[in-house]
Amino acid sequence: MGMTMTQKILAAHAGLDKVEAGQLIMANLDLVLGNDITSPVAIKEFEKIGVEEVFDKSKVAIVPDHFTPNKDIKSAEQCKFIREFARDREIENYFEIGEMGIEHALIPEKGLVVSGDVVIGADSHTCTYGALGAFSTGVGSTDMAAGMASGQAWFKVPEAIKIVLTGSLPKWVSGKDVILHIIGMIGVDGALYQSMEYTGPGVASLSMDDRFTIANMAIEAGAKNGIFEVDNKTVAYMKEHSTREYTIYKADEDADYSRVIEIDLSTLRPTVAFPHLPDNTRTIDEVGDVPIDQVVIGSCTNGRIEDLRAAAEILKGRKVHKGIRTIIFPATQKIYLQAMKEGLLEIFIEAGAAVSTPTCGPCLGGHMGILAAGERAVATTNRNFVGRMGHPESEVYLASPAVAAASAVSGRISSPEEVVK
Amino acid sequence: MMKGTIIKYGDNVDTDVIIPARYLNTSDIQELAKHCMEDLDKDFVNKVKPGDLMVAGKNFGSGSSREHAPAVIKASGISCVIAETFARIFYRNAINIGLPIMESPEAARDIEDGDQVSVDVYSGLITNITKNKTYQGTPFPGFMQDIMKAEGLINYVREKGE
Repeated sequence: MGMTMTQKILAAHAGLDKVEAGQLIMANLDLVLGNDITSPVAIKEFEKIGVEEVFDKSKVAIVPDHFTPNKDIKSAEQCKFIREFARDREIENYFEIGEMGIEHALIPEKGLVVSGDVVIGADSHTCTYGALGAFSTGVGSTDMAAGMASGQAWFKVPEAIKIVLTGSLPKWVSGKDVILHIIGMIGVDGALYQSMEYTGPGVASLSMDDRFTIANMAIEAGAKNGIFEVDNKTVAYMKEHSTREYTIYKADEDADYSRVIEIDLSTLRPTVAFPHLPDNTRTIDEVGDVPIDQVVIGSCTNGRIEDLRAAAEILKGRKVHKGIRTIIFPATQKIYLQAMKEGLLEIFIEAGAAVSTPTCGPCLGGHMGILAAGERAVATTNRNFVGRMGHPESEVYLASPAVAAASAVSGRISSPEEVVK
Repeated sequence: MMKGTIIKYGDNVDTDVIIPARYLNTSDIQELAKHCMEDLDKDFVNKVKPGDLMVAGKNFGSGSSREHAPAVIKASGISCVIAETFARIFYRNAINIGLPIMESPEAARDIEDGDQVSVDVYSGLITNITKNKTYQGTPFPGFMQDIMKAEGLINYVREKGE
């Protein structure tokens, strides 16, 4: 029996010729990541281990992105604690306000991950880098601590679901709709403990930004990782952003999969996940009349340049519906600057939207757009759990940037086709 | 061996309801434990007693990687969590910080709120004293048992190093 893409990467990092699903291995790590919420816990655990140095100063990344720019004194204290650790341990990839971004948009942009890598991050959306053909997965703070100390982590080798994509996406349908469609189909635990491996002729039609979005939400199906086969677009992205050597792994022809799902991209519709689970999906045609109070466009899922372009295409020359708070978060400083050069920020501000510096803020109910009881938001974020964006009686509807922008204009959940006639 | 009273919840208990992110501007676990389960069950912190066990359905601990979630459950006095299935990061985190957990779909469905239950995490045997029934859970593989015995990954790594 052959190996999946993920299994090959894990075998190579464990010094083994072959691994199989269920096997417990110790793997060498190419990057260990943390943020301002998970790193303080990891640093305290790291200090208990009793080693002086991190295993490799160039292979640890710390990004203060959740409660930053610091929302209160406690957050400022947490950030001070990780900043001092990064300084004292000479962590090369610590990104301060002004140069930072939302970690999962920033790390690929900085060229810190390439195909064939094994990455752990103390943030569940670390699975994003599977878009580059890397094995990357979310872990907790203690794993981050042990990883920083030893450069290794234990894994149970996962089995995989093979997702074969054909066709190409219609206008106004994006990577977000693909992943919401899949989660709606298989459920929030549909890929529990497994890899989601994307292959097929349809992959070529997807932009890197679409792939990042799709890999990002593997965790919302319970998956260990989401991973894309490497093609010319991946190689071009890596050459543009990184100087590191990369290795391309392909699944064996006879690799074993627990399930094969085929999706014709041309048949998909804009898709919305209703409260309070990401698998509670409906196509835009089935949404009905849902008035909203707020729109959030951004996050590690959908704050990249193509996301902003899609929103701007709809908001250009239009106005946000009166009373709808619309907040747009470019995910990194570089994306922010690019959006400025392209005139997107002007379009947003002319339309009556607020544009913010990069932060995870509202996605996890931290700051910068918290909901009151009974309020509803359409958000391009990744979770719509109870209380996720604020009050436990508020509601989050997950959607693409195009649907979010269209909804901002109409004041209720709307199809882009309805707004752009 | 853990023994205590059951507090039962349903499917997909996510880490945002176990410990809402709005409180995570501190990593003080005793402070955070005051808000354990707050968005799902406001009464949890008042009714939980040291040694109680938690039972839930599928995909317990889904969502965020925050290790604060198993940590506040442990700090609130829960001695073991039994579920049909666990989300994978939560599963890892629970082992790494030394919160005993056990997968058993049969036990998770049959055990009711308020039952008296005992668990042997090493053999996987779950005994429902109230209903006079036993269930077989999935015990941990050997090295995870070693991590649990060391009360977490950091102690395990240190002990191995010594």
